[in-house]
Amino acid sequence: MENTSVNGKKAHEPLFHLVKRDSIKFWQSWLIRIGAVVAALIIVAIIASLMGYDPLSFYKTMWEGSFGSKRKIWKFLQSGAVLLGLAVALAPAFRMRFWNTGAEGQALIGGLAAAAVMQFATGVPSAVQIIFVIGAGVLAGAIWGFLPAVCKANWGTNETLFTLMMNYIAMQLTSFFIYSWDKSGHGNLGIINRKTKLGWLPSLGGNEYILAIIVVLLVTIGIHIYLVYLKHGYELAVVGESENTARYVGINVKKVIIRTMILSGALCGLVGVLVVSGIDHTITKDSIGGQGFTAIMVSWMAKFNPFYMIFCALLIIFLERGGSEVSTVLGLNDSFSEIVSGIIILFIIGSEFFINYRIMFNKHRREVEG
Amino acid sequence: MKKIVALGMSAMMVLGLAACSGTDEAATTTAASNDNTKAAADVTTVADAETAGTVEEGAMDDVKVGLICLHDENSTYDLNFINGLKEAATNLGLSDDQVVIKTNIPETSDCYEAALDLVDAGCDIIFADSFGHEQFILQAAEENPDVEFCHATGTLAHTEEVANFHNAFASIYEGRYLAGVAAGLKLNEMIDAGKITADEALMGYVGAYTYAEVISGYTSFYLGAKSVCPSVTMKVQFTGSWYDETAEKEAANTLINAGCVLISQHADSMGAPTACEEAGVPNVSYNGSTVSACPNTFIVSSRINWAPYYEYAVTSVVNDTAIAYDWVGTISTGSVILTDVNTKAAAEGTQAKIDEVKAGLLDGSVKVFDTTTFTVDGAALTTYLADVDTDDAFTPDTEAIVDGAFAESTFRSAPYFNVNIDGIELLNTMF
Repeated sequence: MENTSVNGKKAHEPLFHLVKRDSIKFWQSWLIRIGAVVAALIIVAIIASLMGYDPLSFYKTMWEGSFGSKRKIWKFLQSGAVLLGLAVALAPAFRMRFWNTGAEGQALIGGLAAAAVMQFATGVPSAVQIIFVIGAGVLAGAIWGFLPAVCKANWGTNETLFTLMMNYIAMQLTSFFIYSWDKSGHGNLGIINRKTKLGWLPSLGGNEYILAIIVVLLVTIGIHIYLVYLKHGYELAVVGESENTARYVGINVKKVIIRTMILSGALCGLVGVLVVSGIDHTITKDSIGGQGFTAIMVSWMAKFNPFYMIFCALLIIFLERGGSEVSTVLGLNDSFSEIVSGIIILFIIGSEFFINYRIMFNKHRREVEG
Repeated sequence: MKKIVALGMSAMMVLGLAACSGTDEAATTTAASNDNTKAAADVTTVADAETAGTVEEGAMDDVKVGLICLHDENSTYDLNFINGLKEAATNLGLSDDQVVIKTNIPETSDCYEAALDLVDAGCDIIFADSFGHEQFILQAAEENPDVEFCHATGTLAHTEEVANFHNAFASIYEGRYLAGVAAGLKLNEMIDAGKITADEALMGYVGAYTYAEVISGYTSFYLGAKSVCPSVTMKVQFTGSWYDETAEKEAANTLINAGCVLISQHADSMGAPTACEEAGVPNVSYNGSTVSACPNTFIVSSRINWAPYYEYAVTSVVNDTAIAYDWVGTISTGSVILTDVNTKAAAEGTQAKIDEVKAGLLDGSVKVFDTTTFTVDGAALTTYLADVDTDDAFTPDTEAIVDGAFAESTFRSAPYFNVNIDGIELLNTMF
């Protein structure tokens, strides 16, 4: 991509300077991103071969982690859906410049509420119970979004810290309730209603993976419409740009902040329901497994655009699954797969720099297009 | 003698199961009642371990073995499983391609997925090492009847009666007891040397969680020490995690600051041993030797050697014979072992005393949970209902005091001793 092979006579002059790009063509920005991924893959291949592994079989194994069998493809899509769901849930808040770092906790508390209904509301017809499961999870997530929003709207509290701390409250609450519900003394609920399957989300057409995928795709389309075509979406974007402007044009800023965060939290709660009631059928402190934090990255990488998020979420899951496949098949320590993911993500995030800035080489030096 | 005890226990389990099937609806849904006798016959203890038999030449060539681990080699617990499998593979003549190990598999549906991955990879038998994996492994077992699933530390196999789902554990409390003897001798040495008075013989124990597996472990350790050093007392600090190096180190330091002169642990990182080495406090380790990191303070370590179980189960698959629903490894199967004693830290004569007590455990003259050796709230324990058969309410169901001792790991493989005995003080609890 770059060509720096020019002689350097005047030592006192800097080699290049940076210029902010006014705009960049769509295809150019994607060329840079793809270039970054390719560069990262080459670096990883070099590291892998230094460690004595054939880079080609390394990547083949990586590929097979997600696409090695029909079931793996389904699992890949399902895991991608969970991550995408959380990232999409963050999009309205992020577009409002409300830095919701609490997706993990909002989803977990939603899952906890769902687990509670699965466990205890067993006297009602199963369809009703499932509605309660979903309702409880969405409501709990909404409350977890509502609390920091109210404090931000009324007293200007720092939402990043507030939502972050709410994660730990959710985790501790989950530990506490697991302990009080669990009678085995092992701090482990096991699969809830394993024999009766009460309160489990249905598996569509006998496929246990597809439900989460469909729900999240619908949510993604819905949020795209909400953000781009509805008045709410416009209002929250204005609030994000400038609260004063929003006030000037008559937008009720407090209302928009609270409303948007309720939506964001509720969607996270819904993802929690999908995980607990649809996939795991149990809850642990680690049910969301850090995906709530990864979703922040996905949301950012996709510039808060729900459709780009599909690509980003699947890429992250591909790296995760590929990495774990590599560590299993090639007998590498798991840490290595995390290094691989880290390198690739670092390159992708780094490439944003070249999308925002262009490098101008000084004087006789050639200008480099990204 | 041991075999007779085992046979007797098997017979008791037949009765236990029959009684259970009458009252527990959940237990009978998976098995028709006429299967109960067959199932009960399959629930055997050590006696079966030696009868897995030999295999024909080349029969091992096609078998593929999978192992699912909660953490990776950095955890002494998982490392012990991985090393056990490697040892078994060498003994059975398996090549590297025939062994697949999945590490860092959490106790969520990821475990189920990992099991299915291993099935897809062609594994004939799949092991899982963490308690919380059990129900996910059970789910995978129900859906893949042609593959055998063996879950260590679990409790459900003997009541679920899913034909290809099995539990296993070892009578590690015997190993802990022997390690406790080594600790007691070290305390005696300190008392004799005038470093501490007899009343200051206080041990510290870093535990992961306050449940049976850990309680059984530290109590047997304490009783081992008490058998040679009658004045010993112990404080236990729990970390709430199986693997948290910082918390384990901190817990060990807390105990050392509280006056503990010897530390042992039941958690899987190097936290406690390292803290001991830094503070110069003797340490009785677990899961394997930590002598290389702690040359001055490591005394001895007990561990479960999983290789005999792997060999038994894999051989059973190859020979197409049934694997016991519930398998207990013992000292005599080679499943409960002690590492070499580090003579630099241990008291003189430790190895000889360990050998003597070990012989007593083998011939039955020494019982770890002998009710004459401990009290509960100042009184001897004469009766105790343990929760052996897991049901939804976790009701205690089985009288565990047999012939003047608590019969641990006999009604099922996983530990169920969860009594707080006098002399041990819990500084906190963690579930």
